[in-house]
Amino acid sequence: MGFFIEVLLGGLMAGVLYSLVALGFVLIFKASGVFNFAQGAMVLFAALTFVRLMEIFNLPMLLALALTVVVMIVLAMVIERIVLRPLVNQPGIALFMATLGISYFLDGFGQAVWGSDVYTLDVGIPKEPLTILGNLFEGGVLIQSEDLVATVVAGLLVAGLALFFQKTRIGRALRAVADDHQAAQSVGIPLNYIWVIVWTVAGLVALVAGIMWGSKLGVQFSLTFVALKALPVLILGGFESILGAIVGGLIIGAGEKLAEIYLGPLVGGGIENWFAYVVALLFLLIRPEGLFGEKHIDRV
Amino acid sequence: MLYRESGQFKTTYTADQAVFPIAQDRWFIAIWVALGFVVVPLFANEYLMRAILIPFVIMALAALGLNLLVGYCGQLSLGTGGFMAVGAYAAYNLCIRVPGLNPIVAFLLAGGCATVVGIVFGIPSLRIKGYYLAVATLASQFFLEWIFNRVPWFTNYTPSGSISAPTLSLFSLKFETPLAKYLLCLTLLVIFAMVAKNLVRGRIGRSWMATRDMDVAAEIIGIRPMYAKLSAFAVSSFYVGVAGALWAFVHLGSWEPAAFDINRSFSILFMVIIGGLGSIVGAFLGAAFITTLPLILNQAPQWIGIPLSTAMISHLEFMIFGALILFFLIVEPLGLARLWRIGKEKLRLWPFPH
Amino acid sequence: MSAPARRIGDVILKLENISLSFGGVKALSDISLDVREHEIRAIIGPNGAGKSSMLNVINGVYHPSAGSVTFKGNTRKQMRPHEAASQGIARTFQNIALFKGMSVLDNLMTGRTLKMKAGFLSQCLYFGPALREELEHRRKVEEIIDFLQIESIRKTPVGRLPYGLQKRVELGRALAAEPEMLLLDEPMAGMNVEEKQDMCRFILDVNDEFGTTIVLIEHDMGVVMDLSDRVVVLDYGRKIGDGTPDEIRTNQAVIDAYLGVKH
Repeated sequence: MGFFIEVLLGGLMAGVLYSLVALGFVLIFKASGVFNFAQGAMVLFAALTFVRLMEIFNLPMLLALALTVVVMIVLAMVIERIVLRPLVNQPGIALFMATLGISYFLDGFGQAVWGSDVYTLDVGIPKEPLTILGNLFEGGVLIQSEDLVATVVAGLLVAGLALFFQKTRIGRALRAVADDHQAAQSVGIPLNYIWVIVWTVAGLVALVAGIMWGSKLGVQFSLTFVALKALPVLILGGFESILGAIVGGLIIGAGEKLAEIYLGPLVGGGIENWFAYVVALLFLLIRPEGLFGEKHIDRV
Repeated sequence: MLYRESGQFKTTYTADQAVFPIAQDRWFIAIWVALGFVVVPLFANEYLMRAILIPFVIMALAALGLNLLVGYCGQLSLGTGGFMAVGAYAAYNLCIRVPGLNPIVAFLLAGGCATVVGIVFGIPSLRIKGYYLAVATLASQFFLEWIFNRVPWFTNYTPSGSISAPTLSLFSLKFETPLAKYLLCLTLLVIFAMVAKNLVRGRIGRSWMATRDMDVAAEIIGIRPMYAKLSAFAVSSFYVGVAGALWAFVHLGSWEPAAFDINRSFSILFMVIIGGLGSIVGAFLGAAFITTLPLILNQAPQWIGIPLSTAMISHLEFMIFGALILFFLIVEPLGLARLWRIGKEKLRLWPFPH
Repeated sequence: MSAPARRIGDVILKLENISLSFGGVKALSDISLDVREHEIRAIIGPNGAGKSSMLNVINGVYHPSAGSVTFKGNTRKQMRPHEAASQGIARTFQNIALFKGMSVLDNLMTGRTLKMKAGFLSQCLYFGPALREELEHRRKVEEIIDFLQIESIRKTPVGRLPYGLQKRVELGRALAAEPEMLLLDEPMAGMNVEEKQDMCRFILDVNDEFGTTIVLIEHDMGVVMDLSDRVVVLDYGRKIGDGTPDEIRTNQAVIDAYLGVKH
């Protein structure tokens, strides 16, 4: 039983990390209606920039962090100017393909500028495994401190973002933009400015996710594939829901780990690759917009 | 002026329903067919055929299949690589387990297997739409990749996981030279393209387009969404499956599941989008663009004379590829097919200004 | 212009005690009405009264929470849209529901879907049975194109047409199905006087020549009073009047809720 709890907790916390990446997707989708496939590339780019600034220029961590934030702001501005503005009224699929293009470009650019080795990232997150609940289960339950830190960080981020969207004027404007670009423009919402804000925030979320994942796995190209894991989280939770990203992440994270340990040996292992997708797919069949997604009403 | 339709009146509905009602179009197609079947074999060298033409022809078939699903029926699918893999492995298993099987038949049967798989993975489309469906199709992509990796029966228990295609022979003809392979693929492509054009002009094609444009209204006039969507998945998977079998047997020779990974899916999706959604010509144009691009990008540094490490070249390739996609989407989001149509419109007037 | 006398037949559609709610909102409350064959029946009422919802119930897009729909003798609790279509009900929509990516001709041909039987393989081949069927239906569709006078735009993609023409094409698509009952949701909305006159003429001709039963939602009182045989009035999801145009015109409840008084 203790082992089961261990796997479950480990899965839940991995799920939180997925949620961090999914959060970036949700932000951009919620605020601009764009499915940003480049989120994974942004995670990698942010992490790479951060790590390499520290290594190459020997900058102290906080300064490197600040500079990376600036870089992500500039990135958001460039993306808005070069990609989003010309494509403003195009159908969703064109914007989706554009983010795919951004993703390829950013992957190549990041690695061309910063290099393509594996870089270790150490921001002082404690790495020792902790043993908890020793009095309930024999030997206690093993969890990773890194994962715990990630959970706390993600929790704070989510709370902050949820408040931002619901309570502030800008948050309302963002929701208007996601609903209908033209209508939002016609009431005077400055689309371009809004988009820069959104992509910056998403970029910062990507940075946090990049730091968390980078600490765990090392900063390398395969980080972009983490984003692919975030997609089932998105479809389970619903594209427009911050809460959905969290809940979806927890379900996927836990489900995946449990399946790998308990079902994996039955079928030869390696089911982590697709299990999350199948779970999300099955959920979708019951609720086609995801658990917390907005129902689309087709009026005729 | 060259493209004027004036003087070309149709007096029967039959004439109006023809595939290429405008005479200039008929000439155009005839020229391309002649080019493909006669000029190329006479003048193209082996390298050209192996590196450019054969991949182009096979990918055009795959792009055609995907365009039917995404462009005509509006169901976004990211699982194309997986279905190609089904075709490839099905053809492989058929060829080695059924002795003396005609390879063309094997390819068609492989397409049939892909059709069945496609219908199964298409069932979610009855409930799920848009991006949710796209991500759900990734489930099929990853699952199929996993199955071909893990279940050794598919690779005939090869320890390395990489398998080689047996040589193709049809009756007593052996398809060993690039020219023979090229002509085989081209013939299949032309036949499949004609069938696609026929489907698209008829009741089924219209039901696909109606489902794409407004599925609620389509259901109200009697088009059953299940038939429309699943038939799109079925036909599309058939094409993609045959393309997969051809890709493995004719182009690659030996392969492993990674040859049909998610990058393959994206590559074909790019072909469809850049070529133009909902256009048969678009599939050809997109395939031509995407198959020749990496070759040009590879050779370009040498032409310009800049020495770059291979790693850097591959990074630059990514960057330029991404930038070109963006450029294309911004300049002409409806794809090359639209540019093509605009060109034809301009030809109506050229060389006159108005 | 008064409506000419027509052979009005028996009841073809009967709605009994229909109630419909969305979440907490009651769109329709306990409505019963009937429609006779070959008549033109109008549904009028203020915005939000539930008129479009009524049509949606008839044709199976919405499923009522209570009540039953009887069409041509078949009673059911709810219709499915394609069942309604195969039974002979066709409709147009308030916000045009044409297939914007296809030409006018193709849109009209989709209206013939239920009558086309050619199998998959013959369609792959095209020449032969599929082509014969296409031509046969093309001929029928061309009759409708003639009738609606839209020959010049038959190959134009529908998305490019002006609003008035799109409405006409939508009518054409509904007619292409050769329906027994035609549901028209505000067919004259957004049209100028001439376009309205054309549309009225089309509706009357359809009813005259083909005997199609017509259920019509419309706000233009002149049109309603002139065209319809009987009128039903809805307000806040309830029926507040049902009768001939003259009866409705003098019904106090209807005047209070909707028509108003001449100053």
